[in-house]
Amino acid sequence: MSALNIKKGSSAHSAYDLKNPNAEVIESHTLTVVVDNEAGVLARVIGLFSGRGYNIESLTVAEINEEYHTSRITIVTTGTPQVIEQIKAQLGRIIPVHSVNDLTVEGPYLERELALFKVTGSGDKRVEALRLADIFRANVVDSTLESFVFEMTGTSEKIDAFADLMRPLGLTETARTGVAAISRGTA
Amino acid sequence: MTRQMTGAKMILQALKDQGVDVIFGYPGGAVLPIYDEIFQQNDIRHILVRHEQAAIHAAEGYARSTGKPGVALVTSGPGATNAVTGLTDALMDSIPIVVLSGQVPTFMIGNDAFQEADTVGITRPCTKHNWLVKETAKLSEVIHQAFHVATSGRPGPVLIDVPKDVQFAEGPYTPMQKAKSTRYEPQIKGDIGAITALVEMMEKAERPIFYTGGGVINSGPAASQLLRELADASGIPVTSTLMGLGAYPASGKNWLGMLGMHGLYEANLAMHGCDLMINIGARFDDRITGRVEDFSPNSRKAHIDIDPSSINKVIAVDLPIVGDVGHILEDMLKIWKSRGRKTNKAGLKKWWTQIAEWKAVKCLSYEQVGKVIKPQYALERLQALTAKHDRYITTEVGQHQMWAAQYLAFDEPNRLMTSGGLGTMGYGHPASLGVQLAHPDALVINVSGEGSWLMNMQEMGTAVQYRLPAKQFILNNERLGMVRQWQELLHGERYSNTWQEALPDFVKLADAFGAKGIRVEDPADLDDAIMEMINHDGPVIFDCLVEKHENCFPMIPSGAPHNEMLMGNAETQGVIGNSGAVLV
Ligand SMILES: Cc1ncc(C[n+]2csc(CCOP(=O)(O)OP(=O)(O)O)c2C)c(N)n1
Ligand SMILES: [Mg+2]
Repeated sequence: MSALNIKKGSSAHSAYDLKNPNAEVIESHTLTVVVDNEAGVLARVIGLFSGRGYNIESLTVAEINEEYHTSRITIVTTGTPQVIEQIKAQLGRIIPVHSVNDLTVEGPYLERELALFKVTGSGDKRVEALRLADIFRANVVDSTLESFVFEMTGTSEKIDAFADLMRPLGLTETARTGVAAISRGTA
Repeated sequence: MTRQMTGAKMILQALKDQGVDVIFGYPGGAVLPIYDEIFQQNDIRHILVRHEQAAIHAAEGYARSTGKPGVALVTSGPGATNAVTGLTDALMDSIPIVVLSGQVPTFMIGNDAFQEADTVGITRPCTKHNWLVKETAKLSEVIHQAFHVATSGRPGPVLIDVPKDVQFAEGPYTPMQKAKSTRYEPQIKGDIGAITALVEMMEKAERPIFYTGGGVINSGPAASQLLRELADASGIPVTSTLMGLGAYPASGKNWLGMLGMHGLYEANLAMHGCDLMINIGARFDDRITGRVEDFSPNSRKAHIDIDPSSINKVIAVDLPIVGDVGHILEDMLKIWKSRGRKTNKAGLKKWWTQIAEWKAVKCLSYEQVGKVIKPQYALERLQALTAKHDRYITTEVGQHQMWAAQYLAFDEPNRLMTSGGLGTMGYGHPASLGVQLAHPDALVINVSGEGSWLMNMQEMGTAVQYRLPAKQFILNNERLGMVRQWQELLHGERYSNTWQEALPDFVKLADAFGAKGIRVEDPADLDDAIMEMINHDGPVIFDCLVEKHENCFPMIPSGAPHNEMLMGNAETQGVIGNSGAVLV
């Protein structure tokens, strides 16, 4: 271990490359975070993700307990297993955070999203859109002679699939809520 | 019966209840009611600094040297934005401080009112938590919660933003005991199964090492005592980060010195070659690990930390233990003793022989020749001449900071106050004033560079006004030395803007402030000059002219592993490759 024998230009790697990103799989995890519904709490959570360079695929939030003023945030995020662990630990450090649960590792769970699609057109395309909506169990919640608004709930994949089908049939506007999730059974 | 009082009075009452004896602050329109209350009481002293950044650093110095939270008070807008550097500094170094800021009245928030800034928005990422209090009735409770958050778990800075109308309005005062606790209760006790597993590893290890950090000091003096007992009884060598210096004494028999980028040869090679690394309250900072892929490749690693997010953040460890360092060390000792105080004696003997070889390299040796003072020599003399004092050291940031860590000996915790995580030039001078306030009779010295010192030199006024005799020991190389060193090693000796022309005459400057100035250039005069500084009953600016192009060694270049260390006599040109150069 001679320290004096220094190769010139020997430092090939960055100390900031924690892990070779290609060496590890990127996983998607669904986290639920219960927080005090106080001013700025969402900014704290979002600021954590942007400040530390984590990904947000989807984020939803609403108050779930009026009496105790708690809200539930559902976050779908991606990262290496190490980054996912960091995200959970960092969320846990935020003072108004009550709990952080990783549904992806904790057992079977359900994910649902609600989407509204505006599809405009006439003739065959209009008929086809309606027929597909029926197959996908999307509801018509508004209609004119030239348009429908479909409402649908389901997994993000199902909503993606429906959106793909609607695109050539005159999809002009989409609104999605992002994912809400809950564990199955009594857990 | 609840007492009614104005928000401003409530602030003073709550601070008093929390045991606060001093506030560092600077007034302005949005905090006038609070200043009016300060005027009308005598329990809490207010120290008028010359810049809000200094108020925060002074509070940090106070906190770090006492273990108690430091308190600062600033006005809205520019007062609050000036506090941002200090808050970030305290967050990075886990220093408990409570900052109160004034805000425009609630009905004007959002209107771009005069001196309005979104203070909670700006300080959200640089505080552990912050609050905007919109009702007087909630103010005292929030203050009590703020002290709890700042001081428990991993300590850190908190900020309470108080609109002016909230300060004027009346409301019921919530005493400390009645304040609703936050749910914030970090885990204190470590998992006994994990601690037992660690003791087992410790008993068998051939080449163990304790790698200690600021967490030992933050845990309180008992943790330092326990560390000493465990290390001395087991014979395991100890190294420490910059933030942890003093937890294990520099005069202790198991001391290897500081590790890291400018750490000692023996400490870094022991980290590289160990088979069991026990991280106690440190965080695998990049200044410590160097290239992470090659960081201590053959060791099993245990990590004791109160902050779960520190675990596996940078270095994946084999055995994480979450909890308070003091509590965990206590359990470790108990379990280790009850199992018969076993160690791998043969292994340890070989290990110490190896360490002795590394120590024999004498990595800190330098030569004091000629008529120019070497900075290392100045610090060695400072150490020799102050060793008998109960001495508190603060530093600025740069080469002088690393030399102070290398050449000064810290035998007790809470004696070194330095900006480790953020590396804030301008920290040391105000911090030294905060330390001096907390320890009026102690010898307090800020080891400084001339560049850093100018960043908060206005605080000389504070020192003189409050008769704070802290000494400003400036190693004046007329260079932004640390940056210049990197330019020499990385940028072909093109010294771009690392040389300040027109430096002030520091002796005249001291005189202008009403303080004492001492200049020394000849090594032969150094001891007398240092004694003159120590014996002067009042603030001193000590201008020590030193070798201008001295480099700080050993050095692990950015992006290199621990066993690729540059030593003082090595050929250093071009040793840092391009990928190392992108690092800081
Ligand atoms: C506020 C701030 N700005 C810039 C830097 C970058 N920096 C690090 S060390 C250094 C030079 C410090 O010069 P000086 O205080 O004279 O100390 P020396 O290295 O010469 O001992 C600089 C500019 C910093 N750490 N902090
Ligand atoms: Mg300098």
